[in-house]
Amino acid sequence: MTLPPTVSELRDGIRSGALSASDTCRLALDRIETADGSLNAFNTVSADRALARAADIDRRRGEFASAPLAGVPIALKDNICTRGIRTTASSRILETFVPPYDATVVERLHAAGAVVVGKTNCDEFAMGSSNENSAFGPVKNPWALDRIPGGSSGGSAVAVAAGMTPLSFGSETGGSIRQPAAMCGIVGLKPTYGRVSRFGLLAFGSSLDQIGPFGRSAKDCAIALGVIAGLDKADATSASRDVDDYEAALTGDIRGLRVGVPSRMLANGVDPDISRALASSLDVLRARGATVVDVDLPHAKYAISVYYMVATAEASSNLARYDGVRYGLRIASDDLGAMYAKSRAKGFGAEVKRRIMLGTYVLSAGYYDAYYLKAQQVRTLILRDYDEAFNAVDVVAMPTSPIPPFKIGEKTEDPLAMYLADVFTVSANLAGLPAISVPCGFTASRLPIGLQLTGRRFDESTLLRIADAYERDTEWWKQQPPIAR
Amino acid sequence: MRAVAALANLDLEPHEVEAFARQLGDVLTHAEELKQVDTTGVSPTAYGVAQQTVDRPDIVVPSMPIADVLANAPEREQLPRDGGFFKVPRVIG
Repeated sequence: MTLPPTVSELRDGIRSGALSASDTCRLALDRIETADGSLNAFNTVSADRALARAADIDRRRGEFASAPLAGVPIALKDNICTRGIRTTASSRILETFVPPYDATVVERLHAAGAVVVGKTNCDEFAMGSSNENSAFGPVKNPWALDRIPGGSSGGSAVAVAAGMTPLSFGSETGGSIRQPAAMCGIVGLKPTYGRVSRFGLLAFGSSLDQIGPFGRSAKDCAIALGVIAGLDKADATSASRDVDDYEAALTGDIRGLRVGVPSRMLANGVDPDISRALASSLDVLRARGATVVDVDLPHAKYAISVYYMVATAEASSNLARYDGVRYGLRIASDDLGAMYAKSRAKGFGAEVKRRIMLGTYVLSAGYYDAYYLKAQQVRTLILRDYDEAFNAVDVVAMPTSPIPPFKIGEKTEDPLAMYLADVFTVSANLAGLPAISVPCGFTASRLPIGLQLTGRRFDESTLLRIADAYERDTEWWKQQPPIAR
Repeated sequence: MRAVAALANLDLEPHEVEAFARQLGDVLTHAEELKQVDTTGVSPTAYGVAQQTVDRPDIVVPSMPIADVLANAPEREQLPRDGGFFKVPRVIG
């Protein structure tokens, strides 16, 4: 079985002239054409623009001699603004929205030589863990077409898992990169809050949101993070710290690193195949010289409750801007208030309305202290648990998801059951910590499983080093679904 | 539910009000678990990573052309010399 080229192989080939950016782009577009009819990963394919851009890179090859993503085709989640390319957030309310500017990450990716081939399907406004909440239909898991790919960045995960693009980008508020990466058998990285600019990302939970890469390997994600990370004047929450050389961090040497496992938290509710995969992956890390110890995160069990108070409160405020005035769907009315309320009722899907309602409720007079403020206090305790754990260990390891990808439609009627499956991912967002998901096995019915590593703030290098070392001793990341071959 | 929908500017259908009441009830009941946690003297966290206010020089830089900004508006009025406005239903008398 031949594996598709990695990001570094592609860009090195294109930089040297051994490969052409145009052929590489055409290959990606052909793959989308062949596979996406059954996967539904793309909302928009920008073929003409992509081919023109690729031809331009071929023509001016010398100028891209040190471009880290020269000619590499990429896909972007459809909540990241692209100048001149429709950006919908998979919502009816933005179905025809064409941004007049590029998100900062898009500017940086262009400067690095990347070629945007399209915008990927996601849960509406990134709200969901299954990609079923899209106005444009669910995305299918390439490993089992009747199952969810995870969400909310499901389309971006599927673009890489099904071999349509070697690299893609998604966004996270509570696990929306890591969880679909795990469920599709690829690598997904959520950077530290503030490591990557949020300018041009349609806001969901402003204290939680981060953009991050999907790739087939830790190395591909390291290259991508190096491109998008760094201070941005347009985002006051972006961090001024220097950006590490993430590729240089991939030494393969993890001797002496300490890996913490919150075993008490993992004792119940984890699928047995997933527990077994975690145990085996810890053995791989031990064999490479890491030390595995137990850690306690006593407040992590409250993370779901905290998250669904904080994230929905922030969402109810952020989504107030969609009112039918400056952009998006408008339902005409003689009365301004009725125009707002009808446009929003028609334009938003059920999950978005549900979360706006919950967020409005927890912020409303009389409930603010009991729900919102209380959640923000428990958030402090979750943060302290991690900070204390990081006095003793370098990273915390656990499964990315307690359950394998479920059947499409299985949990649609029970939002709480769906929310509870985010139990292992939301803490990193609440505490602002970086976290990565790496392929670490399959269930008995051949559904992918992800190993999650969470690290200290701004220490993406250690996460990527461990993930890369793990890949050197395992073959899971090389597995491809039948549809990708 | 109807009061919250009004605050959120959402014109919900009766079946949505009924379903959301049940589903949000489930979530809020689950969130009652937070009451078990002793948070006496614990300060709230708004950001997981400490934030500081950043100053910058107050320099005029070009804004986006108004025509570009208006291009997505459902109703708009374009005026000469890069002017224009968004149109909404009559608000005053």
